[in-house]
Amino acid sequence: MHYIPNILFAILLVVGIGFFTKNVKKLIRNIKLGKDIDRSDNSSQRWKNMANVALGQSKMVSRPVAGILHIIVYLGFIIINIEVIEIIIDGLFGTHRVFAFAGGLYSFLIGSFEILAFLVLISVIIFWIRRMIIRIPRFWNKEMTSWPKNDALNILYFEMVLMSLFLIMNAADLNLQLLGADHYVEAGSFPISKYIAGWLPQNIDTLIFIERSAWWIHIIGIFIFLNYLYYSKHLHVLLAFPNTYYANLDPKGKLNNLESVTTEVKMMLDPDADPYAMPEETKTDEVPEKFGANDVVDLNWIQLMNAYTCTECGRCTSVCPANQTGKELSPRAIMMKTRDRIEEVGKNIDLNGSFKEDDKSLFTTISNEEIWACTSCNACVEECPVQIDPLSIIVELRRYLVMEQSSAPQELNMMFTNIENNGAPWQYNQMDRLNWKDE
Amino acid sequence: MKVPTMAEMMAEGKSPEVLFWVGCAGSYDDRAKKITKAFVKILNNANIEFAVLGTEESCSGDPAKRAGNEFLFQMQAMTNIEILNAYEIKKIVTACPHCYNTLKNEYPELGGNYQVMHHTEYLKLLLDDGRLTIEGGQFAGKRITFHDPCYLGRANGIYEAPRDLIKKMDVELVEMKRCKSDGLCCGAGGAQMFKDSEKGDKEIFVERTEDALEVEPAIIATGCPFCNTMMTDGIKNKEKEEEVQVLDIAEIIASAKE
Repeated sequence: MHYIPNILFAILLVVGIGFFTKNVKKLIRNIKLGKDIDRSDNSSQRWKNMANVALGQSKMVSRPVAGILHIIVYLGFIIINIEVIEIIIDGLFGTHRVFAFAGGLYSFLIGSFEILAFLVLISVIIFWIRRMIIRIPRFWNKEMTSWPKNDALNILYFEMVLMSLFLIMNAADLNLQLLGADHYVEAGSFPISKYIAGWLPQNIDTLIFIERSAWWIHIIGIFIFLNYLYYSKHLHVLLAFPNTYYANLDPKGKLNNLESVTTEVKMMLDPDADPYAMPEETKTDEVPEKFGANDVVDLNWIQLMNAYTCTECGRCTSVCPANQTGKELSPRAIMMKTRDRIEEVGKNIDLNGSFKEDDKSLFTTISNEEIWACTSCNACVEECPVQIDPLSIIVELRRYLVMEQSSAPQELNMMFTNIENNGAPWQYNQMDRLNWKDE
Repeated sequence: MKVPTMAEMMAEGKSPEVLFWVGCAGSYDDRAKKITKAFVKILNNANIEFAVLGTEESCSGDPAKRAGNEFLFQMQAMTNIEILNAYEIKKIVTACPHCYNTLKNEYPELGGNYQVMHHTEYLKLLLDDGRLTIEGGQFAGKRITFHDPCYLGRANGIYEAPRDLIKKMDVELVEMKRCKSDGLCCGAGGAQMFKDSEKGDKEIFVERTEDALEVEPAIIATGCPFCNTMMTDGIKNKEKEEEVQVLDIAEIIASAKE
């Protein structure tokens, strides 16, 4: 009977981590649905970039209020999680504050966790106020209804509850230590929870009940939160790191050149090419490569990872010139719709063993109007705190519309024709190109 | 105005120091042609041996690529590269950030490797080398704000060269609240120049013009023919043609002494 809590805890741990592992595997499988792209170059520069942008949060602070509050929550998240190690050991072996032997250092750590927990709590409350009372516009764009809105609030509530439980647990523990209760060794310092301690009853049994309840709900909450990640924008806490590592290091203005097109264009321009010859390495049963993207499998895996990394903060959308002037386009919505479609394709595969045609695509949710509103100005790319590149997806979708569907807006088709016929987007004769000299 | 073509230079057995890539706007658009001529005037005055491709130049392919027509882009790029390589071009300067970005970043993989400079970078270089002098002249003391072209700024990280040139003119350089990497697009990029904008409640160029007017400039300086068109339209829209001029940096430098 004595071991029941330990066994329960072990089961909880295995189930919690087991589910998480399963979801991580699914996440990796889904990201790998994307096409291959080689970003194995420049590893030292990539590490540096990741250290700066993800670890150092350098892009977050371009908006100082949100940036600094976020850094507090982020530090809290990382540092307070050291405490989780102790909680897990205590849970498994029935010990209590197993690291207490570290004495002064332990007190210092627990004290720091408490201060951080308090600061996190305050920050999260300010986040909630910004979202719900001040109603900062980027949190209220039209894509931020239903799940995305609830998701954001869930995360804030989760953090508020976890931090409160942590402090209540410590407060009860402090009282128990002072009352000399069995098992509750005198350890730690409680700069915050000592103020809560006064509010708690002084009865040992009640205190133990409070302390144990807070301890259990706290750790169960952490496991639930861990497994919540996969379904949430909160996945950024993990993916921000690989996402910044694999970020584009080239100048933002550079778009990739489609290799499949290069081969064909070279053939067309080669005067010696035999127009009837079969391309050498093409097997007859091979499906010709699609130009651009109409579904997630046509995007590359970094673009899919981008979609899973998106925290829906909306900084991209708030700087998008199209969005600011009332157009349909929202770079954040492009990322969200991409993620939704990856999930849909993933579920389809889970259900059918392999992908079964569902007559849907990225264009089921993304309209042509959105795609054609983009000015390719790179403001969204520049702004993203975790270096997501919505523009690259928009370009792939345009490529599909133009090269596979021939469905560009009429004016753009005229521009194409002009370039083809007279080497300029307007209808001028190429032979007049130098006329300005004599005008 | 001396504007030798590559073909003429070649015939004389000479090779220019730099190729001036004029671009479609600079060749055909009435407003942008003035920028082209202003830049040529500066080059002539500084005795720079340059050449243009003239009728052998063709669209860089930028608008086609941004609109998703990769075929057309690569056709343009490869045709241009063939000509540039045949003339053994090493150095290119252009007053169009779109041509600049494409030539610099997207041509190398297709076999076109050149040192490509935006005209503000090139003029800064000439200035630093003492081959060009800049004076404020008629512009001295005026309030000037610079609108960052997306394809020069965010796309390629060039923010200072145009500002360094402006600062040499004894003017008062004032920054808009959104500038440099936060600069707002004029609305022309990504092939928007060639189509009507999608449905919305405002034109982007009007939004950007409001940014500029907020700092009460006498001149809005640009470094891109498309931005110039958009900002000029914005000023017309706001009926401020009397008070505010929209000028390319090359035009400001070239006409300072007048």
